[in-house]
Amino acid sequence: MDAILLQILNGLDKGSAYALIALGLTLIFGTLGVVNFAHGALFMIGAFCAVTLQRILNLSFELVDESQKDFLGNPLKVKTPYVEAWFGPDIGGSIIDWAVPLAILFAIPIMIGVGYVMERGLIKHFYKRPHADQILVTFGLAIVLQEVVKYFYGANPIQTPAPDALNGVVNLGAAIGMDIVYPVWRVVYFFFAVLIIGGIFSFLQFTTFGMVVRAGMADRETVGLLGINIDRRFTIMFGIAAAVAGLAGVMYTPINSPNYHMGMDFLVLSFVVVVVGGMGSLPGAVLAGFLLGVLESFASMNEIKSLIPGIDQIIIYVVAIIILLTRPRGLMGRKGVMED
Amino acid sequence: MSEFDVSRRRVLKTGAIAGAGVALPTIFTASSAAAFTNEPTGGTVTLGFNVPQTGPYADEGADELRAYELAVEHLNGGGDGGMMNTFSSKALQGNGILGKKVEYVTGDTQTKSDAARASAKSMIEKDGAVMITGGSSSGVAIAVQGLCQEAGVIFMAGLTHSNDTTGKDKKANGFRHFFNGYMSGAALAPVLKNLYGTDRVAYHLTADYTWGWTQEESIAAATEALGWQTVNKVRTPLAATDFSSYIAPVLNSGADVLVLNHYGGNMVNSLTNAVQFGLREKVVNGKNFEIVVPLYSRLMAKGAGENVKGIHGSTNWHWTLQDEGSMAFVKSFGTKYGFPPSQAAHTCYVQTLLYADAVERAGSFNPCAVVEALEGFEFDGMGNGPTLYRAEDHQCFKDVLVVRGKENPTSEFDLLEVVEVTPRAQVEYAPDHPMFAGGNLGSCNPGA
Repeated sequence: MDAILLQILNGLDKGSAYALIALGLTLIFGTLGVVNFAHGALFMIGAFCAVTLQRILNLSFELVDESQKDFLGNPLKVKTPYVEAWFGPDIGGSIIDWAVPLAILFAIPIMIGVGYVMERGLIKHFYKRPHADQILVTFGLAIVLQEVVKYFYGANPIQTPAPDALNGVVNLGAAIGMDIVYPVWRVVYFFFAVLIIGGIFSFLQFTTFGMVVRAGMADRETVGLLGINIDRRFTIMFGIAAAVAGLAGVMYTPINSPNYHMGMDFLVLSFVVVVVGGMGSLPGAVLAGFLLGVLESFASMNEIKSLIPGIDQIIIYVVAIIILLTRPRGLMGRKGVMED
Repeated sequence: MSEFDVSRRRVLKTGAIAGAGVALPTIFTASSAAAFTNEPTGGTVTLGFNVPQTGPYADEGADELRAYELAVEHLNGGGDGGMMNTFSSKALQGNGILGKKVEYVTGDTQTKSDAARASAKSMIEKDGAVMITGGSSSGVAIAVQGLCQEAGVIFMAGLTHSNDTTGKDKKANGFRHFFNGYMSGAALAPVLKNLYGTDRVAYHLTADYTWGWTQEESIAAATEALGWQTVNKVRTPLAATDFSSYIAPVLNSGADVLVLNHYGGNMVNSLTNAVQFGLREKVVNGKNFEIVVPLYSRLMAKGAGENVKGIHGSTNWHWTLQDEGSMAFVKSFGTKYGFPPSQAAHTCYVQTLLYADAVERAGSFNPCAVVEALEGFEFDGMGNGPTLYRAEDHQCFKDVLVVRGKENPTSEFDLLEVVEVTPRAQVEYAPDHPMFAGGNLGSCNPGA
């Protein structure tokens, strides 16, 4: 029982990342009609916003300490972060320690800016082109972006830890007399994802801006005829979708050390999530994200693997095939989306 | 305006004569002038450095390339000579190889077998490389080794740890200086016994490809010989990034040791996940839960950060070693690049010097002469103590290091500490050992 609950938690946790990325993908597809294969790269750029802030906070000045030697036997250059010199070791150390949560604030404007530039600079020229062209150009863009990141940050994973206070484990089953030990940061990640998803839905549901965007998603032409500049709003939505992917990336860094390839690792899975959820359906993307995350976790259990060897590697695609055969529009797909 | 009588018969005749004329010089050069593939004829000799310049091991590849450039500099008489000064063989004079200036070309393996073979092929056929070396993956090493055997050039493997490289996939033209999975097991087992006792239950998570399989087999055999039980061996996809769903079952498996047969990004992520799940704080079967990473890399340990502290593993070489050869290499490398070399850099540097030395001793670049010079070659002064290139399988036998993630690092490079230098005799095995069975070295191929 403990093992099953643990895998459900794991699945919700994985599903959080899938859902956040798929939500952004669906927002872009639903508003602009663009299949954005560079969306995984936005997740990766978000993660590297956290890495960048960590490096900024660790910017140091060097003092030569004659009493210590470096690996070549020369006097050691001792590095002291400016933040610690300015605010003292305690406060400065805490600021560095909380680099990842602080990176949320750092990443939001950067990601909105990246999204805006990406949409205005490249993707808008492909609105009227076939989906195949959009896929090719955005996939190419994803490769360029990851190579740029690799050039500046290298190919190896870079450790970006959570704050010490959120680095341990918590027994989630203590209240019911069970032993379900789970990493604190993963619990934080799940609630963060729920908060972001709730925020996006509320924004679309309860604001005038959101209402116009939803109207535009339903019938772009009519909204345009009413004199509303829907393109501008859609561009802003692209920026918001980029920020969602970026924040998912920022908060993911303590779970797995980020590397330049992490966006590609999530991209294909997230597309499967979007297709399973139903193209253009925001609730479908979220539901499918969590569903596939949980199924993927269960498929990794030894009991399941002993019954069907290798199932952990193909479960998501098997589920996608079954759902598309039984519900061709996905779990919550709307009629007319991606259909001639 | 002139007229030409262009009949079919005339075109064929002209074509046949022209074709024979063009082909004639090639026939001569191929069959009589060259005794072996890419025989150097001018004042230079070209070596091919095939390293991952893109892909997940690009940082290791970059370090390998730095080491190769340093080796070329030393071979041509530049720099401080590095390990050439401490190498027991004194055949190298700093005037290139057999008096020919050493030049090099590079290829990008991308850590993909097909890409690595294509780049090696290009360096052999287009650039005239007489030796290929490098790589940071066993899959790549085995693929390129096979290609070099067919092409008739020497392959000096870079970082490859699978038993198969000098086991079932060994080739006469291929040589490995790096240690292997069996040696990791043989070196680690006594240390694990001293630290954790003989009554332990191990759970393996293993990268699902040739290196992972052979390491899992080696470590399980070595620990079971101590009396440990192996409760489960779980294969994880190479492309996996989040190992949480593989770690969770460990908690309820009854295991008190987790063995991570992972390398690179897999190792960083699985170790990070295991520590996140509080495995190191757990007490199972009345004992502290332990994690073992059989193959360590300093470059990868950096990615895992604080999570490596106190965790044991093995490594081919480490820059803190205090023998003359290691210190000379660290000084050369550190002065040139500003940081200490990785174990990948070390093995690549040593392989280049060993090849050059073998050519000098053989007095020829002919691959068969080089093979003869390297087989059974005993040497010292290269950082691992007295070393043998065994004739039967072209595997180097030397001391192996057991290391531990350092509790209080003094710098960003000071991540691992050497716990024990396992003597060569302890990691040796018979050429027909079952873990290395099934292969055939064959005979050397000079190509041409």
